[in-house]
Amino acid sequence: MSAEPIVLRETSAVRPPLVETLHQWVTTVDHKRLGILYIIYALIFLILGGIEATIMRIQLIRPLNDFVSPQVFNRMFTMHGTTMIFFVAMPLVFGFGNYLVPLMIGARDMAFPRLNAFSFWMTAFGGLLLYFSFIGGDGLYGAGNAPDVGWFAYAPLTSPTFSPGHSTDFWTLALLISGFGSIGTAINLVTTIVCMRCSGMTLGRMPLLAWMNLVMGGLVILAVSPLSAAQIMLMVDRYLGGHFFDTQAGGSAVLWMHFFWVFGHPEVYILVIPAFAFASEIIPVFSRKAIFGYPVMVAATVGIGFISMSVWAHHMFAVGMTSNSNTFFVLSTMAIAVPTGIKIFNWLGTMWGGKILFKVPMLFCIAFLFQFLIAGLTGIMLGAAPFDWQLTASYFVIAHFHYVIVGGILFTIFGACYYWFPKASGRMYSESLGRLHFWLFVIGFHLTFDFMHVPGVLGMPRRIYTYEPGRGWDVWNVIITIGAFFQAAAILVFLYNLLWSYFNGEIAGSDPWDAWTLEWTTTSPPPVYNFSTIPEVKSRRPLWDLKHPEDPDWRYE
Amino acid sequence: MYCLIAAESAIFTIFVIAYLFYTGKSLIGPQPRDVLRVPVFFTICLLSSSLTIHFAVKFLERGKVRVFALWWLLTIVLGALFLTGTAQEWHHLIYQEGLTIQTNLFGTTYYSLVGLHAFHVTVGLLALTSVSAFAVLGYVKQEHAERVKVLSLYWHFVDVVWVVVFIVVYLIGR
Amino acid sequence: MKASNRTTSKALCVCFGTAVAAFAQPASRSWSPTNIFAPDSTPADTIFGLSMFVLAVTGAIFAVVFTLLAYAVLKFRKRAGDDDQEPAQIYGSTQVELAWTVIPVLIVVVLFLATARVIASVQNAARPRGAIEVTVIGHQFWWEYRYPDLKVVTANELHIPVSDPAHPTPTFLTLLSADTDHSFWVPRLAGKTDLIPNHPNSMWVDPHETGLFLGQCSQYCGVQHALMLLRVYVQPREEFDRWVKQQSQPALASQTVAPGQRIFEATACVNCHTVAGTAAKGRFGPDLTHLMSRDTIASGAMANTADNLRRWIRNPAAIKPGCLMPAMGLSDPDLDAITAYMETLR
Repeated sequence: MSAEPIVLRETSAVRPPLVETLHQWVTTVDHKRLGILYIIYALIFLILGGIEATIMRIQLIRPLNDFVSPQVFNRMFTMHGTTMIFFVAMPLVFGFGNYLVPLMIGARDMAFPRLNAFSFWMTAFGGLLLYFSFIGGDGLYGAGNAPDVGWFAYAPLTSPTFSPGHSTDFWTLALLISGFGSIGTAINLVTTIVCMRCSGMTLGRMPLLAWMNLVMGGLVILAVSPLSAAQIMLMVDRYLGGHFFDTQAGGSAVLWMHFFWVFGHPEVYILVIPAFAFASEIIPVFSRKAIFGYPVMVAATVGIGFISMSVWAHHMFAVGMTSNSNTFFVLSTMAIAVPTGIKIFNWLGTMWGGKILFKVPMLFCIAFLFQFLIAGLTGIMLGAAPFDWQLTASYFVIAHFHYVIVGGILFTIFGACYYWFPKASGRMYSESLGRLHFWLFVIGFHLTFDFMHVPGVLGMPRRIYTYEPGRGWDVWNVIITIGAFFQAAAILVFLYNLLWSYFNGEIAGSDPWDAWTLEWTTTSPPPVYNFSTIPEVKSRRPLWDLKHPEDPDWRYE
Repeated sequence: MYCLIAAESAIFTIFVIAYLFYTGKSLIGPQPRDVLRVPVFFTICLLSSSLTIHFAVKFLERGKVRVFALWWLLTIVLGALFLTGTAQEWHHLIYQEGLTIQTNLFGTTYYSLVGLHAFHVTVGLLALTSVSAFAVLGYVKQEHAERVKVLSLYWHFVDVVWVVVFIVVYLIGR
Repeated sequence: MKASNRTTSKALCVCFGTAVAAFAQPASRSWSPTNIFAPDSTPADTIFGLSMFVLAVTGAIFAVVFTLLAYAVLKFRKRAGDDDQEPAQIYGSTQVELAWTVIPVLIVVVLFLATARVIASVQNAARPRGAIEVTVIGHQFWWEYRYPDLKVVTANELHIPVSDPAHPTPTFLTLLSADTDHSFWVPRLAGKTDLIPNHPNSMWVDPHETGLFLGQCSQYCGVQHALMLLRVYVQPREEFDRWVKQQSQPALASQTVAPGQRIFEATACVNCHTVAGTAAKGRFGPDLTHLMSRDTIASGAMANTADNLRRWIRNPAAIKPGCLMPAMGLSDPDLDAITAYMETLR
């Protein structure tokens, strides 16, 4: 295989009319275009979810505020959570997986391109259906529209008695539809990784990103299905008069909780494992060293995948399970901290002795390491059940999970956006705008989420549209709200950077970062067929071998 | 297909868990042992359809397209018989025993679980019938054996699910 | 780690934690009336001990790993003038990886054992004779309290006796719900436990200090979840007994407020409210027999003054939008009469 990409020369052909371009994008089955569609879709919903968060923060800036009514506030936190998890984080993760996995394993596309397109459009439709509820919904107290039952929609609040009208149904159906889309994407990812690796790429030579998408795909298949099942049961209750969660007929509200969290906990690993993948690709390249301990990283990820299916009831410590059940879930929750901690050490070991370059992707990944460490430690605190009896359902837990999802996952996603932007667009982003984004976001993130732990410890529960003065929460809420505005500014800088750089950035070339995995062997952006000849690899870093023929990886693996 | 089977198994597992959890907890209404009759004949139909589809695939692999089409058709017939059995059973339960999905926990979980399975049988039958149509029109050849085999995997899955549902509903649950 | 080493370091952590706590306590009580680090009841104390231990352990882990990360980022950065040689490619190290697997496993074991003990001590606590029994029923959006042995029914303000360590009189709460999920959280008295319909739960408090303890519903239960507040009055035993006696009396009839009482009984008020000894026997809303013995109304949302009460009866949704008490469209004279009647329900 030659390292010289075949350069496509600009022709003087006329650009196709806009309608033609739109048609191509809407009917595409190319994994790269679908990946970009997922990411753009997610960024739009990021803005919507961010607006919902900002509304909540303004309402909570002082006690007994009346910026919005309680009905609107309750819709805001429901929609914010549902949007961010299902229509921002999951599409981002699927988008990157779609774009990168075939390129990194030397394949021309995913295993099932049409299923791929179908899955994207299912997810997209789900999001639109959810937001249609603002216009077409009809909920509690006759004034409602969008769902207001919280993103985990506990029974019996979701029964027709307590949620009359259709707002809850928008939640249920939107997620059912996008859930099927997610399962489709997962089937595609798993099949592609298992069956379509290029010659010489054994499972042990796959980039870590491919491994992690494999584990993530398996988790989606096993975890999203229980949510779909529970949602079907909820629809049976709401429309066919069923009693799955109907407590007055002997049904169990706790059963919904179990079903939901059997989905809900692996769901967060579905989101975080790809974050680990991005860190595992970016940190080695900008430390100029191979990842430290590849086999253990794989084993730890697989271990996390398995254990994550056994920890779900740590979301239910206060629900009144027996002491034996509580104790078991403490054990499994603490256990999962071990492989997760090991990964932090492996990234540390990768940087150790390296030559760290502080480009924007690396800045985000370094921040990720510090923030994920803290997030993991607050997670251990929450895993100690009696401590959790105080901390759960309070602002402490909101701080914890935002630390993971924003401080951990979103930071690595930003890193990934900047790292692969040159590959996908052919141009470099603006480094100074990227730094501005980074620092604004770091300041905003820490202002909001560091200080958010305090009201939790001081007794402020979650999902309250207002609070009494004299609880000691006031000043902290002000700081938290200020941080939200910094983050909003940072996101605007980020979006501007992407747009500006797409049109004005300098040409990137096929390998601007001097990296080592297969996607950097092809042009930027890659041609529709990805590779002119399918590569053959002999180690985990095929480009390293080519660039360092005197010291190739396969001599050491 | 294995991934799809894994996902579907997870969905069915949740319904089975709900069924088992609510066994004996209905506050009113007919109880399983009062109204359920074990559908032995129709179960045998469905389970033998796994055998017939297995033979069908084997014949296609060996290039015997017409024999394949015959065994395939037999599979569809057996599957359709099973569905009529379910329909009969439900008719009896609704009109003679007064058990509907709304009646009690047993009704809700029973109709949901058996109904979900029947839905999967129906979708399977539609797929099988399409293949039958293609076979009759002469489009199915030996080189399609692999694809047909993948579809037969789905059908085997539907049968295995029935075994589980049968045990849970008609043996344990009563 | 040998067992004795482990116990020693655990003891050290607890000492350290308690020292921190001892300094922190007076300050922390004034930071917030609902500070989880200012416990005043046995279960909250036990949880506090465990939380200090966990904080000490996680704090130590943070200090170590943070330092290592910061060091690595600073020391191994590419400096200007560095050549373009790639650094030595190290693929792994079995010893290092083993060490950083074994140590976390040990830490996890220690944390788990400490936690398991506390779970057992709180959840499986014995119920001594003399314990007060209260049934708490969560409603949208108020709290119903029934003392089965003492024959008291009240709402929104819970009164319990202080517990003497020598002869403990803890209060055991049975938690039920009439509609959706709720959660009882008074941070300085205990961890929270949910109230789930068709799923009775149990919790206990064992307060050492008298006073008023605040909290609120901690499981989203609908529109007015935010103002479903908790007020727990821990009283000296004699005061508690007096309160019980007063609460078990039926309402005192009074001629001066008969018009108000008539309006109350003729309007739909009696569908929801009980006033013991009268025709009002509704159970959907709070028991009003001793409404004037409470400091607040609307489950803690307003002080119990005549003005507030009148405003509330006139239009509950103006104060708690989405609450389930409807405005009855009463005229001003009727409102005055009803408020006057309510004012006699001591």
